[in-house]
Amino acid sequence: MNPTLLIMRRELGAYLRSMTGYIIAAAVLLVDGVLFNAMALGGPDKMSAEVLGQFFFLSSGLVIVASVFISMRLLAEERQTGTLVLLTSSPVHDWQIVLGKFLSAFVFMALMILATVYMPALILVNGKVSVGHLVAGYLGLLLLGSATLAVGTFGSALARTQVLAAIFNGAMVTALIVCWMLARVTERPFSDVFVGLALWGRHFPPFQAGAIHVRDVAYYLMVTYVALFAATRVLEARRWR
Amino acid sequence: MNAMIQVKGLTKYYGEHAAIQDLNFSIEEGEVIGFLGLNGAGKTTTLKVLGCVLLPTAGEVKVDGIDVARDPHAIRRRIGFLPDSPPLYGEMTVGRYLDFAAQLRGVPADQAAAHVVDAEEKTGTRDVHDELISNLSHGYRQRVGVAQALVHRPKLLILDEPTSGLDPVQIVDMRSMIRKLRGAHTVLLSSHILSEISQTCDRLLVIQAGEIVAQGTEQELAARMGAGGTVEIEVAGPARRVLDAVATVPGVGAATVLRDLEGVVAVRLQAAPDQRPKIARALVQNGLDLLRIDRGAAQLESIFLQLTRAKPEKETTTTTETMQ
Repeated sequence: MNPTLLIMRRELGAYLRSMTGYIIAAAVLLVDGVLFNAMALGGPDKMSAEVLGQFFFLSSGLVIVASVFISMRLLAEERQTGTLVLLTSSPVHDWQIVLGKFLSAFVFMALMILATVYMPALILVNGKVSVGHLVAGYLGLLLLGSATLAVGTFGSALARTQVLAAIFNGAMVTALIVCWMLARVTERPFSDVFVGLALWGRHFPPFQAGAIHVRDVAYYLMVTYVALFAATRVLEARRWR
Repeated sequence: MNAMIQVKGLTKYYGEHAAIQDLNFSIEEGEVIGFLGLNGAGKTTTLKVLGCVLLPTAGEVKVDGIDVARDPHAIRRRIGFLPDSPPLYGEMTVGRYLDFAAQLRGVPADQAAAHVVDAEEKTGTRDVHDELISNLSHGYRQRVGVAQALVHRPKLLILDEPTSGLDPVQIVDMRSMIRKLRGAHTVLLSSHILSEISQTCDRLLVIQAGEIVAQGTEQELAARMGAGGTVEIEVAGPARRVLDAVATVPGVGAATVLRDLEGVVAVRLQAAPDQRPKIARALVQNGLDLLRIDRGAAQLESIFLQLTRAKPEKETTTTTETMQ
Protein backbone atom coordinates (compact mmCIF):
# COMPACT_ATOMS: atom_id res chain seq x y z
CA MET A 1 0.00 0.00 0.00
CA ASN A 2 1.04 3.55 -0.65
CA PRO A 3 2.82 4.92 2.46
CA THR A 4 0.66 8.06 2.53
CA LEU A 5 -2.52 5.98 2.66
CA LEU A 6 -0.94 3.61 5.15
CA ILE A 7 -0.08 6.46 7.51
CA MET A 8 -3.50 8.02 6.98
CA ARG A 9 -5.27 4.75 7.79
CA ARG A 10 -3.27 4.21 10.97
CA GLU A 11 -3.79 7.78 12.11
CA LEU A 12 -7.52 7.67 11.43
CA GLY A 13 -7.65 4.44 13.42
CA ALA A 14 -5.94 6.26 16.29
CA TYR A 15 -8.64 8.99 16.22
CA LEU A 16 -11.39 6.42 16.22
CA ARG A 17 -9.83 4.17 18.86
CA SER A 18 -9.07 6.95 21.34
CA MET A 19 -11.53 9.03 23.31
CA THR A 20 -10.08 12.35 22.12
CA GLY A 21 -11.61 12.06 18.66
CA TYR A 22 -15.07 11.29 19.98
CA ILE A 23 -14.90 14.01 22.61
CA ILE A 24 -13.99 16.65 20.03
CA ALA A 25 -16.71 15.47 17.65
CA ALA A 26 -19.33 15.29 20.40
CA ALA A 27 -18.47 18.76 21.71
CA VAL A 28 -18.61 20.30 18.24
CA LEU A 29 -21.91 18.66 17.35
CA LEU A 30 -23.45 19.61 20.68
CA VAL A 31 -22.45 23.27 20.46
CA ASP A 32 -23.40 23.44 16.79
CA GLY A 33 -26.82 22.00 17.59
CA VAL A 34 -27.42 24.40 20.46
CA LEU A 35 -26.36 27.43 18.42
CA PHE A 36 -28.41 26.29 15.43
CA ASN A 37 -31.55 26.03 17.53
CA ALA A 38 -30.98 29.24 19.45
CA MET A 39 -29.70 31.51 16.70
CA ALA A 40 -30.54 30.14 13.26
CA LEU A 41 -33.98 28.72 13.99
CA GLY A 42 -34.88 31.13 16.77
CA GLY A 43 -35.62 34.85 16.54
CA PRO A 44 -37.95 36.58 14.09
CA ASP A 45 -39.31 34.73 11.06
CA LYS A 46 -36.72 34.20 8.35
CA MET A 47 -36.38 32.82 4.87
CA SER A 48 -35.08 29.24 4.65
CA ALA A 49 -32.00 30.41 2.77
CA GLU A 50 -31.25 32.88 5.52
CA VAL A 51 -31.46 30.14 8.17
CA LEU A 52 -29.18 27.94 6.11
CA GLY A 53 -26.70 30.80 5.70
CA GLN A 54 -26.63 31.29 9.45
CA PHE A 55 -26.10 27.57 9.96
CA PHE A 56 -23.01 27.65 7.74
CA PHE A 57 -21.83 30.78 9.52
CA LEU A 58 -22.05 29.08 12.93
CA SER A 59 -20.54 25.85 11.66
CA SER A 60 -17.59 27.66 10.11
CA GLY A 61 -16.62 29.01 13.53
CA LEU A 62 -16.81 25.55 15.04
CA VAL A 63 -14.78 24.05 12.21
CA ILE A 64 -12.02 26.55 12.93
CA VAL A 65 -12.00 25.81 16.65
CA ALA A 66 -12.23 22.04 16.15
CA SER A 67 -9.38 22.02 13.63
CA VAL A 68 -7.03 23.52 16.21
CA PHE A 69 -7.70 20.61 18.54
CA ILE A 70 -7.85 17.90 15.90
CA SER A 71 -4.54 18.87 14.34
CA MET A 72 -2.53 19.63 17.47
CA ARG A 73 -1.61 16.00 18.07
CA LEU A 74 -0.68 15.02 14.50
CA LEU A 75 3.10 15.39 14.67
CA ALA A 76 3.66 16.84 18.14
CA GLU A 77 2.30 13.74 19.87
CA GLU A 78 4.56 11.44 17.88
CA ARG A 79 7.51 13.61 18.73
CA GLN A 80 6.55 13.65 22.38
CA THR A 81 6.24 9.87 22.61
CA GLY A 82 9.19 9.15 20.32
CA THR A 83 7.18 7.24 17.71
CA LEU A 84 8.06 9.65 14.91
CA VAL A 85 11.33 7.74 14.51
CA LEU A 86 9.36 4.76 13.19
CA LEU A 87 8.24 6.92 10.29
CA THR A 88 11.47 8.87 9.75
CA SER A 89 13.59 5.69 9.71
CA SER A 90 11.31 4.04 7.13
CA PRO A 91 11.58 4.44 3.36
CA VAL A 92 8.94 7.17 3.36
CA HIS A 93 9.36 10.75 2.15
CA ASP A 94 8.73 13.50 4.66
CA TRP A 95 5.95 14.91 2.48
CA GLN A 96 4.23 11.53 2.59
CA ILE A 97 4.30 11.61 6.39
CA VAL A 98 2.85 15.14 6.45
CA LEU A 99 0.24 14.39 3.80
CA GLY A 100 -0.84 11.13 5.45
CA LYS A 101 -1.26 12.88 8.78
CA PHE A 102 -3.13 15.78 7.24
CA LEU A 103 -5.46 13.52 5.27
CA SER A 104 -6.38 11.53 8.36
CA ALA A 105 -7.35 14.73 10.18
CA PHE A 106 -9.23 15.91 7.10
CA VAL A 107 -11.22 12.70 6.78
CA PHE A 108 -12.08 12.87 10.46
CA MET A 109 -13.13 16.49 10.09
CA ALA A 110 -15.20 15.64 7.00
CA LEU A 111 -17.03 12.87 8.87
CA MET A 112 -17.78 15.33 11.64
CA ILE A 113 -19.01 18.00 9.24
CA LEU A 114 -21.22 15.51 7.43
CA ALA A 115 -22.75 14.50 10.76
CA THR A 116 -24.30 18.00 10.94
CA VAL A 117 -26.38 17.36 7.84
CA TYR A 118 -29.48 16.69 9.95
CA MET A 119 -29.70 20.40 10.76
CA PRO A 120 -30.22 21.60 7.17
CA ALA A 121 -32.55 18.63 6.81
CA LEU A 122 -34.63 20.11 9.64
CA ILE A 123 -35.05 23.30 7.63
CA LEU A 124 -36.53 21.20 4.85
CA VAL A 125 -39.39 20.18 7.14
CA ASN A 126 -40.90 23.65 7.15
CA GLY A 127 -39.15 25.37 4.29
CA LYS A 128 -37.37 25.07 1.01
CA VAL A 129 -33.63 24.82 0.54
CA SER A 130 -31.80 24.59 -2.76
CA VAL A 131 -29.36 21.74 -3.21
CA GLY A 132 -26.88 24.17 -4.74
CA HIS A 133 -26.83 26.25 -1.58
CA LEU A 134 -26.26 23.12 0.51
CA VAL A 135 -23.41 21.90 -1.70
CA ALA A 136 -21.76 25.32 -1.75
CA GLY A 137 -21.99 25.69 2.02
CA TYR A 138 -20.59 22.26 2.75
CA LEU A 139 -17.83 22.70 0.17
CA GLY A 140 -16.94 25.94 1.93
CA LEU A 141 -16.81 24.22 5.31
CA LEU A 142 -14.59 21.45 3.92
CA LEU A 143 -12.24 23.94 2.25
CA LEU A 144 -12.05 26.10 5.36
CA GLY A 145 -11.41 22.97 7.43
CA SER A 146 -8.71 21.85 5.03
CA ALA A 147 -6.92 25.21 5.32
CA THR A 148 -7.11 25.41 9.11
CA LEU A 149 -6.08 21.76 9.51
CA ALA A 150 -3.09 22.34 7.25
CA VAL A 151 -2.06 25.35 9.33
CA GLY A 152 -2.54 23.12 12.38
CA THR A 153 -0.35 20.41 10.86
CA PHE A 154 2.36 23.01 10.41
CA GLY A 155 2.00 24.15 14.03
CA SER A 156 2.10 20.53 15.17
CA ALA A 157 5.32 19.98 13.22
CA LEU A 158 6.91 23.00 14.89
CA ALA A 159 5.91 22.22 18.45
CA ARG A 160 7.53 19.84 20.89
CA THR A 161 4.34 19.14 22.82
CA GLN A 162 0.66 19.03 21.98
CA VAL A 163 -0.17 21.92 24.29
CA LEU A 164 2.41 24.08 22.57
CA ALA A 165 1.01 22.97 19.20
CA ALA A 166 -2.50 24.02 20.25
CA ILE A 167 -1.17 27.43 21.28
CA PHE A 168 0.72 27.86 17.98
CA ASN A 169 -2.31 26.78 15.99
CA GLY A 170 -4.67 29.04 17.89
CA ALA A 171 -2.35 32.00 17.40
CA MET A 172 -1.77 31.36 13.70
CA VAL A 173 -5.41 30.77 12.85
CA THR A 174 -6.59 33.78 14.86
CA ALA A 175 -3.97 35.99 13.24
CA LEU A 176 -5.06 34.78 9.81
CA ILE A 177 -8.70 35.48 10.61
CA VAL A 178 -8.27 38.95 12.07
CA CYS A 179 -5.70 40.21 9.61
CA TRP A 180 -8.50 41.86 7.58
CA MET A 181 -8.77 44.34 10.44
CA LEU A 182 -5.33 45.57 9.55
CA ALA A 183 -6.78 46.60 6.21
CA ARG A 184 -8.64 49.43 7.95
CA VAL A 185 -5.49 50.97 9.32
CA THR A 186 -3.24 50.42 6.30
CA GLU A 187 -3.24 51.92 2.84
CA ARG A 188 -3.40 50.24 -0.51
CA PRO A 189 -1.86 48.02 -1.72
CA PHE A 190 -1.26 46.58 1.78
CA SER A 191 -4.87 46.79 2.77
CA ASP A 192 -5.79 44.68 -0.28
CA VAL A 193 -3.18 42.11 0.68
CA PHE A 194 -4.54 41.84 4.22
CA VAL A 195 -8.10 41.49 3.02
CA GLY A 196 -7.10 38.86 0.48
CA LEU A 197 -5.06 36.97 3.04
CA ALA A 198 -7.76 36.78 5.71
CA LEU A 199 -8.91 33.23 6.34
CA TRP A 200 -12.58 34.04 6.72
CA GLY A 201 -13.48 37.66 5.95
CA ARG A 202 -13.76 37.80 2.16
CA HIS A 203 -13.51 34.11 1.25
CA PHE A 204 -16.09 32.30 3.33
CA PRO A 205 -19.27 34.46 3.10
CA PRO A 206 -19.88 33.62 -0.60
CA PHE A 207 -20.02 29.90 0.26
CA GLN A 208 -22.35 30.75 3.13
CA ALA A 209 -24.67 32.50 0.71
CA GLY A 210 -24.51 29.63 -1.77
CA ALA A 211 -21.99 30.98 -4.27
CA ILE A 212 -18.83 29.17 -5.32
CA HIS A 213 -16.06 31.37 -6.72
CA VAL A 214 -12.90 29.89 -8.18
CA ARG A 215 -11.00 32.65 -6.39
CA ASP A 216 -12.14 31.43 -2.95
CA VAL A 217 -11.60 27.74 -3.74
CA ALA A 218 -8.11 28.56 -5.01
CA TYR A 219 -7.39 30.59 -1.88
CA TYR A 220 -8.22 27.75 0.51
CA LEU A 221 -6.34 25.17 -1.55
CA MET A 222 -3.36 27.48 -1.66
CA VAL A 223 -3.32 27.99 2.12
CA THR A 224 -3.52 24.19 2.49
CA TYR A 225 -0.64 23.65 0.09
CA VAL A 226 1.62 26.32 1.56
CA ALA A 227 1.04 25.17 5.14
CA LEU A 228 1.68 21.50 4.30
CA PHE A 229 4.77 22.46 2.33
CA ALA A 230 6.06 24.41 5.33
CA ALA A 231 5.33 21.44 7.63
CA THR A 232 7.32 19.16 5.32
CA ARG A 233 10.22 21.59 5.38
CA VAL A 234 10.15 21.62 9.18
CA LEU A 235 10.43 17.82 9.25
CA GLU A 236 13.25 17.87 6.71
CA ALA A 237 15.12 20.56 8.60
CA ARG A 238 14.93 18.51 11.77
CA ARG A 239 17.08 15.81 10.18
CA TRP A 240 19.94 18.29 10.04
CA ARG A 241 19.70 19.24 13.68
CA MET B 1 32.95 -10.84 3.29
CA ASN B 2 31.61 -7.43 2.36
CA ALA B 3 31.62 -4.35 4.50
CA MET B 4 28.06 -3.73 5.72
CA ILE B 5 28.85 -0.34 7.19
CA GLN B 6 31.68 1.96 6.19
CA VAL B 7 32.03 5.21 8.07
CA LYS B 8 34.66 7.76 7.08
CA GLY B 9 35.22 11.05 8.85
CA LEU B 10 31.67 11.17 10.18
CA THR B 11 30.97 14.40 12.05
CA LYS B 12 27.72 15.67 13.51
CA TYR B 13 27.26 19.06 15.08
CA TYR B 14 24.29 20.16 17.15
CA GLY B 15 24.69 23.91 16.84
CA GLU B 16 28.21 24.66 18.04
CA HIS B 17 28.58 21.38 19.88
CA ALA B 18 30.11 18.40 18.10
CA ALA B 19 28.25 15.26 19.18
CA ILE B 20 30.57 13.11 17.09
CA GLN B 21 33.76 14.09 15.41
CA ASP B 22 35.70 12.40 12.64
CA LEU B 23 34.41 8.91 13.31
CA ASN B 24 35.94 6.07 11.28
CA PHE B 25 35.03 2.41 11.41
CA SER B 26 33.74 -0.40 9.29
CA ILE B 27 31.64 -3.43 10.05
CA GLU B 28 31.63 -6.68 8.09
CA GLU B 29 28.51 -8.47 6.97
CA GLY B 30 27.19 -10.95 9.55
CA GLU B 31 29.08 -9.49 12.51
CA VAL B 32 27.48 -8.66 15.83
CA ILE B 33 29.05 -5.43 16.96
CA GLY B 34 28.78 -3.75 20.33
CA PHE B 35 28.92 0.00 20.41
CA LEU B 36 30.15 0.93 23.83
CA GLY B 37 30.30 4.29 25.52
CA LEU B 38 29.09 6.27 28.49
CA ASN B 39 25.88 8.27 28.25
CA GLY B 40 26.46 11.31 26.07
CA ALA B 41 29.46 9.80 24.28
CA GLY B 42 27.73 10.03 20.90
CA LYS B 43 26.34 6.49 20.54
CA THR B 44 22.76 7.47 19.88
CA THR B 45 23.72 10.20 17.42
CA THR B 46 25.89 7.78 15.44
CA LEU B 47 23.15 5.17 15.37
CA LYS B 48 20.60 7.76 14.26
CA VAL B 49 22.83 8.76 11.37
CA LEU B 50 23.27 5.12 10.38
CA GLY B 51 19.50 4.66 10.72
CA CYS B 52 18.96 7.57 8.29
CA VAL B 53 17.02 9.55 10.87
CA LEU B 54 19.61 12.32 11.09
CA LEU B 55 21.81 13.66 8.33
CA PRO B 56 25.53 14.00 9.05
CA THR B 57 27.24 17.41 9.09
CA ALA B 58 30.25 15.96 7.30
CA GLY B 59 31.73 12.62 6.37
CA GLU B 60 30.77 9.61 4.37
CA VAL B 61 28.53 6.81 5.54
CA LYS B 62 27.91 3.76 3.37
CA VAL B 63 25.54 0.97 4.29
CA ASP B 64 25.74 -2.12 2.07
CA GLY B 65 27.75 -0.04 -0.38
CA ILE B 66 25.10 2.70 -0.65
CA ASP B 67 25.81 6.27 0.36
CA VAL B 68 23.44 7.60 3.06
CA ALA B 69 23.32 11.03 1.44
CA ARG B 70 22.67 9.65 -2.07
CA ASP B 71 19.89 7.16 -1.59
CA PRO B 72 18.55 7.09 1.98
CA HIS B 73 15.44 5.15 0.95
CA ALA B 74 17.46 2.23 -0.40
CA ILE B 75 19.26 2.09 2.95
CA ARG B 76 16.09 2.43 5.02
CA ARG B 77 14.72 -0.67 3.31
CA ARG B 78 17.86 -2.59 4.32
CA ILE B 79 17.95 -1.56 7.97
CA GLY B 80 15.82 -2.11 11.02
CA PHE B 81 16.18 0.54 13.68
CA LEU B 82 15.24 0.35 17.35
CA PRO B 83 15.74 3.78 18.95
CA ASP B 84 16.51 4.17 22.66
CA SER B 85 12.80 4.28 23.48
CA PRO B 86 10.84 1.85 21.30
CA PRO B 87 8.50 3.70 18.90
CA LEU B 88 5.26 1.97 19.87
CA TYR B 89 1.67 3.10 19.31
CA GLY B 90 -0.15 2.25 22.53
CA GLU B 91 -3.60 2.11 20.97
CA MET B 92 -2.67 -0.62 18.45
CA THR B 93 -2.45 -4.36 19.00
CA VAL B 94 0.97 -5.95 18.53
CA GLY B 95 -0.15 -7.72 15.36
CA ARG B 96 -1.60 -4.63 13.71
CA TYR B 97 1.39 -2.56 14.72
CA LEU B 98 3.90 -5.01 13.24
CA ASP B 99 1.79 -5.27 10.10
CA PHE B 100 1.88 -1.48 9.79
CA ALA B 101 5.65 -1.39 10.34
CA ALA B 102 6.20 -4.12 7.73
CA GLN B 103 4.13 -2.39 5.06
CA LEU B 104 5.72 0.94 5.84
CA ARG B 105 9.10 -0.63 5.02
CA GLY B 106 7.78 -1.86 1.70
CA VAL B 107 6.63 -5.42 2.45
CA PRO B 108 3.68 -6.14 0.09
CA ALA B 109 0.34 -6.34 1.93
CA ASP B 110 -0.21 -10.02 1.08
CA GLN B 111 3.17 -11.02 2.54
CA ALA B 112 3.00 -8.82 5.62
CA ALA B 113 1.14 -11.39 7.74
CA ALA B 114 3.86 -14.01 7.18
CA HIS B 115 6.55 -11.46 8.06
CA VAL B 116 4.70 -10.57 11.26
CA VAL B 117 4.46 -14.21 12.36
CA ASP B 118 8.14 -14.67 11.64
CA ALA B 119 9.15 -11.59 13.64
CA GLU B 120 6.90 -12.57 16.53
CA GLU B 121 8.43 -16.03 16.67
CA LYS B 122 11.97 -14.68 16.63
CA THR B 123 11.25 -12.26 19.47
CA GLY B 124 8.90 -14.44 21.52
CA THR B 125 5.94 -12.09 21.18
CA ARG B 126 3.56 -14.51 19.44
CA ASP B 127 1.46 -14.89 22.60
CA VAL B 128 0.73 -11.16 22.81
CA HIS B 129 -0.26 -10.85 19.13
CA ASP B 130 -3.74 -9.57 20.01
CA GLU B 131 -2.82 -7.52 23.07
CA LEU B 132 -2.93 -3.74 23.07
CA ILE B 133 0.60 -2.38 23.23
CA SER B 134 -0.36 -0.01 26.07
CA ASN B 135 -1.15 -3.08 28.22
CA LEU B 136 2.27 -4.72 27.74
CA SER B 137 5.00 -4.92 30.35
CA HIS B 138 8.31 -3.18 29.78
CA GLY B 139 10.03 -6.41 28.76
CA TYR B 140 7.43 -7.20 26.11
CA ARG B 141 7.49 -3.63 24.81
CA GLN B 142 11.22 -3.92 24.28
CA ARG B 143 10.70 -7.20 22.41
CA VAL B 144 8.01 -5.70 20.23
CA GLY B 145 10.48 -2.88 19.58
CA VAL B 146 13.00 -5.42 18.29
CA ALA B 147 10.24 -7.17 16.34
CA GLN B 148 9.35 -3.98 14.45
CA ALA B 149 13.03 -3.54 13.60
CA LEU B 150 13.31 -6.98 11.99
CA VAL B 151 9.80 -7.47 10.58
CA HIS B 152 10.87 -6.52 7.03
CA ARG B 153 13.89 -8.87 7.28
CA PRO B 154 16.55 -6.18 7.00
CA LYS B 155 20.20 -7.00 6.38
CA LEU B 156 21.29 -4.67 9.14
CA LEU B 157 19.76 -4.30 12.59
CA ILE B 158 20.57 -1.23 14.65
CA LEU B 159 19.52 -1.57 18.27
CA ASP B 160 20.07 1.36 20.62
CA GLU B 161 20.37 0.03 24.19
CA PRO B 162 18.03 -2.94 23.71
CA THR B 163 18.55 -4.10 27.29
CA SER B 164 17.98 -0.79 29.08
CA GLY B 165 15.47 -0.99 31.89
CA LEU B 166 15.11 -4.77 31.71
CA ASP B 167 15.35 -7.06 34.73
CA PRO B 168 18.16 -9.67 34.91
CA VAL B 169 16.03 -12.50 33.49
CA GLN B 170 14.86 -10.34 30.61
CA ILE B 171 18.44 -9.24 29.93
CA VAL B 172 19.49 -12.87 29.57
CA ASP B 173 16.52 -13.53 27.25
CA MET B 174 17.31 -10.47 25.16
CA ARG B 175 20.95 -11.53 24.89
CA SER B 176 20.11 -15.00 23.66
CA MET B 177 17.56 -13.55 21.28
CA ILE B 178 20.18 -11.24 19.76
CA ARG B 179 22.68 -14.10 19.50
CA LYS B 180 20.11 -16.09 17.54
CA LEU B 181 19.79 -13.24 15.06
CA ARG B 182 23.44 -13.63 14.08
CA GLY B 183 23.83 -14.98 10.57
CA ALA B 184 20.50 -13.73 9.29
CA HIS B 185 21.35 -10.13 10.10
CA THR B 186 24.33 -7.93 10.78
CA VAL B 187 23.66 -6.46 14.22
CA LEU B 188 24.95 -3.24 15.71
CA LEU B 189 23.88 -2.66 19.28
CA SER B 190 24.86 -0.07 21.82
CA SER B 191 25.25 -0.16 25.55
CA HIS B 192 27.02 1.59 28.37
CA ILE B 193 27.65 -1.67 30.21
CA LEU B 194 30.67 -3.59 28.95
CA SER B 195 30.02 -6.92 30.65
CA GLU B 196 26.56 -6.96 29.14
CA ILE B 197 27.55 -6.65 25.52
CA SER B 198 30.94 -8.35 25.61
CA GLN B 199 29.08 -11.67 25.83
CA THR B 200 26.77 -10.93 22.93
CA CYS B 201 29.11 -9.30 20.47
CA ASP B 202 31.93 -10.46 18.22
CA ARG B 203 33.67 -7.14 18.44
CA LEU B 204 33.40 -3.92 20.40
CA LEU B 205 33.74 -0.31 19.34
CA VAL B 206 34.44 2.00 22.24
CA ILE B 207 33.32 5.58 21.76
CA GLN B 208 34.27 8.45 24.01
CA ALA B 209 33.44 12.15 23.55
CA GLY B 210 32.38 11.52 19.97
CA GLU B 211 35.46 9.58 18.92
CA ILE B 212 36.29 5.90 18.65
CA VAL B 213 38.98 5.32 21.29
CA ALA B 214 39.40 1.58 20.83
CA GLN B 215 38.02 -1.37 18.91
CA GLY B 216 38.46 -5.11 18.97
CA THR B 217 37.35 -8.15 20.91
CA GLU B 218 37.17 -7.99 24.65
CA GLN B 219 40.53 -9.77 24.89
CA GLU B 220 42.18 -7.46 22.43
CA LEU B 221 40.93 -4.49 24.39
CA ALA B 222 42.20 -6.00 27.62
CA ALA B 223 45.58 -6.69 26.01
CA ARG B 224 45.74 -3.15 24.73
CA MET B 225 45.16 -1.85 28.21
CA GLY B 226 47.97 -4.09 29.47
CA ALA B 227 45.57 -6.35 31.31
CA GLY B 228 46.09 -9.46 29.18
CA GLY B 229 42.91 -10.96 30.52
CA THR B 230 42.15 -12.17 34.00
CA VAL B 231 40.49 -15.16 35.57
CA GLU B 232 38.96 -15.18 39.03
CA ILE B 233 38.66 -18.36 41.06
CA GLU B 234 37.22 -19.29 44.42
CA VAL B 235 38.59 -22.45 45.96
CA ALA B 236 38.02 -24.28 49.25
CA GLY B 237 41.47 -24.91 50.67
CA PRO B 238 44.56 -23.18 52.03
CA ALA B 239 45.83 -20.24 49.99
CA ARG B 240 49.38 -21.66 49.77
CA ARG B 241 48.26 -24.89 48.10
CA VAL B 242 45.96 -23.02 45.71
CA LEU B 243 48.74 -20.73 44.56
CA ASP B 244 51.12 -23.67 44.11
CA ALA B 245 48.52 -25.58 42.09
CA VAL B 246 47.80 -22.74 39.68
CA ALA B 247 51.48 -21.91 39.29
CA THR B 248 51.94 -25.28 37.54
CA VAL B 249 49.58 -24.23 34.71
CA PRO B 250 51.53 -22.80 31.75
CA GLY B 251 50.41 -19.31 30.71
CA VAL B 252 49.21 -18.23 34.11
CA GLY B 253 50.92 -15.10 35.33
CA ALA B 254 50.78 -13.24 38.59
CA ALA B 255 48.20 -14.37 41.16
CA THR B 256 46.64 -12.01 43.69
CA VAL B 257 44.73 -13.27 46.70
CA LEU B 258 41.57 -11.19 46.91
CA ARG B 259 40.03 -12.80 50.00
CA ASP B 260 40.91 -15.63 52.38
CA LEU B 261 37.95 -16.25 54.66
CA GLU B 262 36.87 -19.39 56.52
CA GLY B 263 38.91 -21.69 54.34
CA VAL B 264 37.69 -20.20 51.04
CA VAL B 265 40.25 -18.33 48.95
CA ALA B 266 39.40 -15.94 46.12
CA VAL B 267 42.29 -15.39 43.73
CA ARG B 268 42.68 -13.23 40.64
CA LEU B 269 45.03 -14.70 38.03
CA GLN B 270 46.64 -12.99 35.08
CA ALA B 271 45.60 -15.46 32.42
CA ALA B 272 43.68 -15.60 29.17
CA PRO B 273 40.05 -16.65 29.78
CA ASP B 274 40.55 -19.71 27.53
CA GLN B 275 42.96 -21.08 30.15
CA ARG B 276 40.04 -21.73 32.47
CA PRO B 277 39.70 -25.51 31.78
CA LYS B 278 43.40 -26.06 32.48
CA ILE B 279 43.24 -24.09 35.69
CA ALA B 280 40.20 -26.04 36.84
CA ARG B 281 41.86 -29.35 36.03
CA ALA B 282 45.05 -28.41 37.90
CA LEU B 283 43.09 -27.48 41.03
CA VAL B 284 41.01 -30.63 41.01
CA GLN B 285 44.04 -32.81 40.40
CA ASN B 286 45.61 -31.27 43.47
CA GLY B 287 42.62 -32.31 45.54
CA LEU B 288 41.17 -28.82 45.88
CA ASP B 289 37.45 -28.05 45.58
CA LEU B 290 36.77 -25.42 42.94
CA LEU B 291 33.75 -23.30 43.92
CA ARG B 292 33.75 -20.64 41.24
CA ILE B 293 35.73 -19.75 38.14
CA ASP B 294 35.07 -16.88 35.75
CA ARG B 295 36.61 -14.10 33.78
CA GLY B 296 37.10 -11.20 36.13
CA ALA B 297 33.99 -9.09 35.64
CA ALA B 298 35.32 -6.33 37.83
CA GLN B 299 38.38 -6.29 35.62
CA LEU B 300 36.16 -5.80 32.57
CA GLU B 301 34.60 -2.75 34.10
CA SER B 302 37.98 -1.31 34.94
CA ILE B 303 39.12 -1.77 31.34
CA PHE B 304 36.05 0.08 30.25
CA LEU B 305 36.66 2.86 32.71
CA GLN B 306 40.27 3.19 31.63
CA LEU B 307 39.22 3.30 27.99
CA THR B 308 36.54 5.87 28.48
CA ARG B 309 38.57 8.00 30.83
CA ALA B 310 41.48 8.00 28.42
CA LYS B 311 41.10 11.33 26.71
CA PRO B 312 41.28 11.43 22.93
CA GLU B 313 44.69 13.15 23.28
CA LYS B 314 46.01 9.71 24.11
CA GLU B 315 45.45 8.55 20.55
CA THR B 316 47.45 11.53 19.31
CA THR B 317 50.36 10.72 21.62
CA THR B 318 50.48 7.15 20.37
CA THR B 319 50.59 8.35 16.80
CA THR B 320 53.40 10.77 17.51
CA GLU B 321 55.31 8.02 19.26
CA THR B 322 55.03 5.70 16.29
CA MET B 323 56.08 8.50 14.02
CA GLN B 324 59.17 9.08 16.04
